[in-house]
Parts: sequence; C-alpha cells; structure tokens
Amino acid sequence: MQEIQADGGMETAESGRQTPIIEAQNLVKDYRSLRAVNTISFSVMPGELFGFLGPNGAGKTTTMRMIQCVSPPTAGDLSVFGMDVRRHPAEIKRWLGVVPQETNLDPDFSCRENLLVHARYFDIPPDEARARADRLLDFMQLLEKADVPIGDLSGGMKRRLILARALINDPRLLVLDEPTIGLDPQARHLMWEKLKALQSRGNTILLTTHYLEEAERLCDRLVIMDAGRILVEGRPSEIVRSYAGEEIVESESTPQVLACLREMGCRFEVYGDMVQAFSDRPREVARRILETCNPGRVFVRRGTLEDVFLRLTGRDLRE
Amino acid sequence: MSLPVPVPTRRAWKVWQRNRDSFFKTYLVNFLPPFIEPVLYLLALGYGLGMFVGEIDGIPYVSFVAPALLAISMMNSSFFECTYSSFVRMYYQKVYDAMVATPLSIEDVIAGELLWGATRSLIYTTAMLVVLAAFGVVALPSSLLVIPFSFLAGLLFSSIAMCFTAISPSIDTLNYPAFLFITPMFLFSGTFFPLSVLPQPIQFFALAFLPLAHVVAVTRSLTLASISPPVFLSSLAWIGVVCAVLFFVSIHLMKKRLVV
Repeated sequence: MQEIQADGGMETAESGRQTPIIEAQNLVKDYRSLRAVNTISFSVMPGELFGFLGPNGAGKTTTMRMIQCVSPPTAGDLSVFGMDVRRHPAEIKRWLGVVPQETNLDPDFSCRENLLVHARYFDIPPDEARARADRLLDFMQLLEKADVPIGDLSGGMKRRLILARALINDPRLLVLDEPTIGLDPQARHLMWEKLKALQSRGNTILLTTHYLEEAERLCDRLVIMDAGRILVEGRPSEIVRSYAGEEIVESESTPQVLACLREMGCRFEVYGDMVQAFSDRPREVARRILETCNPGRVFVRRGTLEDVFLRLTGRDLRE
Repeated sequence: MSLPVPVPTRRAWKVWQRNRDSFFKTYLVNFLPPFIEPVLYLLALGYGLGMFVGEIDGIPYVSFVAPALLAISMMNSSFFECTYSSFVRMYYQKVYDAMVATPLSIEDVIAGELLWGATRSLIYTTAMLVVLAAFGVVALPSSLLVIPFSFLAGLLFSSIAMCFTAISPSIDTLNYPAFLFITPMFLFSGTFFPLSVLPQPIQFFALAFLPLAHVVAVTRSLTLASISPPVFLSSLAWIGVVCAVLFFVSIHLMKKRLVV
C-alpha cells in the first residue's frame, strides 16, 4: 500500500482571487441509460455562497457528488481548487466539508467522538482534534450534548452536529446538500446564521435546497436546474427581476379578468382558480382589473424566486 | 483512477481504528462469548462425545477438536464481521458515505474493513487459545504461531465475506452464504472428524474449494506440534494465494457497487 502524493495542486487556489474554487465545463453524468447531468457549465468564486435549486431529479445531488469526488463525471471537465476531480480526489477532499442530504453520523459514538473519529480521517493530531471538536460543539450550541450518543439527539441537533463535523478539517469549501431539510424554524434560522457567519470568515459555500426563500435569503448567486440542465444562473434579485418581474399581479381567474388581461397584452398564467399576470407596470394593471374587470379580488405582491422556479420548471409533480 | 487493480493506501488504518474504537466501547459483549463458547464446545464435544470416540489417529478426541474450534472461530469472527456488520455500516448507517467524504477512498474503506475482520479473528483466536491452553489441550509453544496465522486466515474469510456483501442486494440475502457456505464448511472441513473418512471426491472437493479445510489443517499441525511439511505448506500456500486474489476482488466488487 502506498500513499498517493499531492503534487502541489493547492498553490493554484492560494494564488490570485480570480481563480474559481469550482469550475465545471460541459459536465455530463450518465447512470446507465439516464443522463442525470446534461452538459452543464458553471463556476463558483472564492467566498461565494452559491445555490443549486431544482425539482427532485434535476441533477443537483449528482452534481454535488461529482464535486465531492465520490462520483466520477462521465464527460466534461470539473476542477475544484484548480485540481481535476478525477486525478486528485484525496487532495481535494482534504479541503472539503460535506453536509450530506441523509444523516450519516456514526451511531456507535457520542457527539464528541463523532468529531474526533472524523478528524482522524483527515490526519488531524489528537490534541488539535480535541480542541477543534470542543470549539465546534460550542459554535453549533451542542457543547452540553458532547457525550450524548447520536441516537438520543433530535433531528435538528443531528443536522447541527453534521455541520460541525463538516467543519472539523477547517474546509475551504463547504458543500451542503439540503442542510435545513426537516428542521423546525428555530433550527433553520440557527443554520442560516451559522452559514452566514462561515461565509463572512471567507468560506466558500455551495448548497442545494428546496426552500426557495432560503435560497433567496442566503445565496449570492444560484442556478436553477431541471432535467439535468441549468435553466438560469445569476443573483437571486436579478433572476427574479428578469423572469418574474419585481411585482406580480394575482387575481381570481374569471373569464372576464382573462379577457381584460388579453386586451392589455399582459403575459399571464392560470393555475387553479387564480391567475398571475406579469407586467412592467403591475400596479396599473391591478388598478385596471379592479376598476373594469370585476374581479373577486386582486392584489399586487413582490415577485419571488418561487415564481421563477415554478415558471421555469412547471407545476407538474416530480418523483 | 482506472487502475486494473484497486490500490488502497495506508489511510485504510483509519477505518481499522474506527472499528477498533467501536469494538472496545462494548468490549464486555465482545469479549465474553469467545471465552465461554470454546469451554462449552470443549466440554460437550471434546469430553462428552470424546468419551465414545476415544482417539482419532492416536490423538485424544479433545485435542483433535481443539484446533477445529480455533479455526471455526477465525472463520466466524471475520466472516460475520464483513458480511452482516459491514452491510449494516454500508447500507443502514451510511458510515462508508461519511468516510469517503474525507481523504479516504472507497479502496481505503474496504481495505480497512478487511483488516479489521482479520484483527477480530486474531483477537478471538488469542482469547480462545488462552482457554484451550488452560485445559492443556494444545501444545506449546508451537500453538503460539496460531496467533499470527489467525490474522491471515481472518483476512481470507473477510475477503470472501466482502465479495458476498458486495453482490448482496439486501441484508437478508446474506443468509445464503451463511447457511449454504459457512454451515457445510463448519461440518465438512475435517473439523469434528478427519476428512479421510469421507468419499474421495468429497475430499478433493473440500481441499479445492473449502478454505476452512486448509485453515483447520494448518491450525491442527500447530496445536499438535506435528507438522507434515507437504500438507502444511500446500495448505498455507492455498490460503495465501486465494486470500491475495480475493482481497483485491472484494475491493473491486465493492467499488463497482458503491462508485456510481
């Protein structure tokens, strides 16, 4: 057995702020006959909080797994810290912190032991590991649970411990696959606060989420994926402005209202018994509907990422 | 990445350390059985059944069975570790997933599991040897060589086990090798009666395909301090070669299962 030598790949990440932390070029991943990721390109810059959104089966987790060097790309280029994921998995993973979708804490150990065992995989000396474990337990507000077995933790505590575990190697890049899934609002806010704190310390963070409000609140930039492709990329506010408009008019979808909207030349979408209209002058549209089209009710609200998401990916349920 | 032979690194020992730590957390549960079990077998078979059997090839039955008990313990401790326990860690506890999110590769993880399986064999065999020595049914000091040998035998059974784990769709299908491979081996490997009483074809079959037959032969040579070089060396060679091949085959199969 021999140790694979790192060949100084980190230097590229050290030098120059311009080098992206992650760079994907025409990335493809096939599972047998299924193309899970279909020729996507993106880059994540140092210090960014970058989001991956998309319905189930969009290819988000597959993309995360390729970045984590656990699933080799079928085609295309993917480099992390300037290193090829196929050629330098161990060197890349040295600087990676991973929060997986499924909780995979080691049930044979307590909270602190989980961190210590994980630290050993990174060759962190025992004394240093002990100091880091206590610091992280404190940071994630788990210090009093340090010696509690994993089985006795609540769901929120487990997610927090997983984040603490992901930080044990002082990672330059954090990859979080639905970090707040199944958390109560308190735990979710705590998670957000911690992620923001980590970002302000210079960490680069990559996350997938189904919670669009979360993405809007946290992400500097994000992509929306569907069926293995990237549909849109940009800053949340810009995406909302260009795909949904600053404000959206919603009204009951009576035939009269729809006729009015057609007459005004407004783009609109009907779902259920409601209609959403998109316009440069939403307030004017709303006033005209109210005055002349006899709606049950009509209101103007701020456009959200959820509007963009549903417009781009449709309203059909995904398995 | 596309090497024909999967190459683990010495990071595999991190996995071994994880399993060791877990093992010693519950050491009472883990240590009591290997002390009690041989005593029961020794009393029931060695002395109980031995009353009627008397001697085999001029050896008291209890001394004939003692090395078989050691060999069976090498087999069980490593085989069941790398089937059911490994499957639980892989599939239910997702321990492997957490490990490969660190600099460890899947090759390191599986190699670590195999080394731990071998270590378990060594731990149990050593514990058992103490008991058997106390009963005076194993020759000393030659029997001390059983300790390093138990690591090799354990690595062999771990590798076999890991092949089954790699292709088993669920934990229930691991019952097939447990009942259709381990149980016949337990009975027909020269354990409780010499292979020579079986029909010739079955003898050949046992020596060609049943690892336990060779492990029993080597162990018995050591505990009786009567080594016939051709038998001893050919069995040792069989074990060494099959172990080396299956060590890499099992890692390869696991990689095929887990790296998608």
